[in-house]
Amino acid sequence: MASQLLESTWNLVRFTVRRDRIRIPIWVVSISFITILIAGTFTNMYKSEQERQAIAETMRNPAMTAMVGPGYGLDNYTEGAMMSHQMLLFTAIVVAIMSILLVTRHTRAVEEDGQSELIQSLPVGRLSSLTATVIVTVLANMLLAITTGIGLYLLGIESMDLQGSLLYGSALGATGLFFIAITALFAQLSENSRGTIGLSFAVLIVAYLIRAIGDVSNPSVSWLSPLGWILGTEVYVNNYWWPIILTILLSTFITIIALYLHAKRDLGSGLLPTKPGRKHASMFLCTPFGLSVRLQRTGMIAWAIGMLLLGVSYGSVLGDLEEFFAQIEMLEDLLSPVSGYSLTEQFLTLLMVVISMICTIPALMMILKLKGEEKKNRTEHLVARAVSRTRIIGSYITISVIGGFLMLFLSVFGLWAAGSQVMEETISFTIMFQAAMVYLPAMWIMVSLAVLFIGIYPKLSGLCYLYLGYSFFVVYLGSLLQFPDWMGKLSPFGHVPQVPVEEVNYVKLTILTIVALTVTVVGVIGYNKRDLEG
Amino acid sequence: MAILRTTNVTKKFGKFTALDGVNLEVNSGEIYGFIGPNGAGKSTTIRILLGIIKATSGEANVFGKDVWSDAVEIHKRLAYVPGDVNLWPNLTGGEVIDLLVKLRGRGNKRRREELIEKFDFDPSKKCRTYSKGNRQKVALVAAFSTEADLYILDEPTSGLDPLMEKVFQDCVLDAKNEGKSVLLSSHILSEVERLCDKVGIIRQGKMIETGTLQELRHLTRTNLVVETKHPIAKLSEVKGVYGVEVKNQEISFQVDTEELNQLIQYISQFGIVKLESAPPTLEDLFMRHYRTSTKESDLGAGGAR
Repeated sequence: MASQLLESTWNLVRFTVRRDRIRIPIWVVSISFITILIAGTFTNMYKSEQERQAIAETMRNPAMTAMVGPGYGLDNYTEGAMMSHQMLLFTAIVVAIMSILLVTRHTRAVEEDGQSELIQSLPVGRLSSLTATVIVTVLANMLLAITTGIGLYLLGIESMDLQGSLLYGSALGATGLFFIAITALFAQLSENSRGTIGLSFAVLIVAYLIRAIGDVSNPSVSWLSPLGWILGTEVYVNNYWWPIILTILLSTFITIIALYLHAKRDLGSGLLPTKPGRKHASMFLCTPFGLSVRLQRTGMIAWAIGMLLLGVSYGSVLGDLEEFFAQIEMLEDLLSPVSGYSLTEQFLTLLMVVISMICTIPALMMILKLKGEEKKNRTEHLVARAVSRTRIIGSYITISVIGGFLMLFLSVFGLWAAGSQVMEETISFTIMFQAAMVYLPAMWIMVSLAVLFIGIYPKLSGLCYLYLGYSFFVVYLGSLLQFPDWMGKLSPFGHVPQVPVEEVNYVKLTILTIVALTVTVVGVIGYNKRDLEG
Repeated sequence: MAILRTTNVTKKFGKFTALDGVNLEVNSGEIYGFIGPNGAGKSTTIRILLGIIKATSGEANVFGKDVWSDAVEIHKRLAYVPGDVNLWPNLTGGEVIDLLVKLRGRGNKRRREELIEKFDFDPSKKCRTYSKGNRQKVALVAAFSTEADLYILDEPTSGLDPLMEKVFQDCVLDAKNEGKSVLLSSHILSEVERLCDKVGIIRQGKMIETGTLQELRHLTRTNLVVETKHPIAKLSEVKGVYGVEVKNQEISFQVDTEELNQLIQYISQFGIVKLESAPPTLEDLFMRHYRTSTKESDLGAGGAR
């Protein structure tokens, strides 16, 4: 019986490895490499115990705890403690995402595309392909655990011993194992790969939220979340191994359930009923604007949450900033003191550049969606009906401008809300709002550039991101690396007055806005004149 | 009255000439069959007519208006079904139908439900789950549930089963009976023969034949393979017979469909042992056009079936 169910599993393992011979190494190498790289940077960044302790102080607040988890070693903040506090949770989330995507790819996705049918018609056991997928992804996670663990140890940092490093790697691997099991389970329940990914991500998000709530309010709640277990290892501080063992046991149990369900169900079917969708479109959807909003809804909500969290996380460190700056030399190069303004206010200007540039990414994505639609031959449906091209591109420009504003607003709101909780002398919302909104014209220029590319030469529209990357590099790091002034002036962000340290310069802002408008008009004219591709 | 007219429309993509002086004319109340092999320029022509791409030179008018500069006005009275229907994966079929109808103007709710019923289509599923045929149904329902004066259909039945093809043909004939015009691009000759009043054949970006079906009757020859007890005398001199070829006992040739009766009477004198007939495929037709410069007799019987 067993051989019947698992016939040819080994062949399928080799086949799965063959399919992912590039994908898996990229995931494993980049995750472990970045982990090791960051551990190395920590030692360079904070040279003395004092500096590390200064950072530890900024971490003692609920916002930070909610974001990265409770700091177990805050009283003796060694590099190791820092690593497990600041990096472990986020890296574990990335590993979870890797596992979710890999498992879905080899289970529900191949089933949906009909390749499973082809495989299953061969002398292959009923459980072979799922088992093979689990084996390969578990191996990938074990490889990740070992390379990360050994790599961290080889850095030779005093506070990062062999046991701790291996535990760090194992914590990542165990997270991967848990989400392999979860995804394998949902691949049986959901009828399509999007559902599988969606449900698995939902588990990940809920796990994160439960842990965040638990860590802030009641630590025992955190133990309801697998991510709470991972952080419960207290790597490099207390090195508990038992949460790892617990995670592996639970994962095995869930995997067995998944295998059992897989053996019972029909190929191609899902155990969860799919509910029928709407038979009619809402009034809102029936316009080009409504359509473009609907198509980007999920992405916009995700970005909005992300930007709010970004604001909150920056805001939560504002309280200890003055003390923090006093202790770290490197950051003094970044901000040369200006009389009459607190360091916090100066830091605010730097924050705003960063935040506004990050908010430009979703704004660019929203406008460039139009190019993707064209490439997939779907703009044709609109153009072939009584909709002018100006109206089509106009919808996307509108959504991009409103979206960009909303992102900026949400992050400033998060910054202000968290900041006013932790600061002794709070900065008023008006000042923060102003400091952020002065960057709108620069954002508009980036959007207008995307419009120009879409209108004239859509193939090059990726250059917008490159230009944004350049802007980030010269404007943010420019002062640190002492770039000449003109390099910053090549970016629209380099022309924005740094409120509140500088005055709001309406002339400059007006000029930036006029440039953005002109470029947009040229782009729209171009879009009206060219052939649609696809 | 011409609803749609192109004069010398040429389209170049870089150095490649996709269309080379295309002339088309669709009159009011007419179903125009636009046929040609893949890559001949059918879709390019249609995309020009819809103002999706711009002609390099020449003139194209629909309802007497320029297809590029008056696109929006034209599209208010025009319905289009693309050959390759790409839909938004996260919207349902029903939502897309409503959207497509609304973007053109007003639709007929009752007609929409009727068509969904006729096409046996489930509008409550997400578009990502639809097969090619189902995606085509979305576009067809959206097109025929609006009151248009001109329907442009680009290989609309390539993914439909024969039953649905029939439903589609009924829709087209209904439109014709209401006095609407249709431009139907296809490479299914039987469909074109059944529906169209006029046919235009395009090949490598050039219109090589246009006319009513009556005028193109010579295109619809029947392929025959005959075996007789006695050799048939002077077969190639019989009216309407082309491409005689002798293989062992069998003779294969083509005959104009209108001469079929007389031909059968003639050859039956020689004692028929075997008789196979097959309509010419579109392929035969193109083969013929491709070789018009060479001898007619070069053409085989196109494989009797």
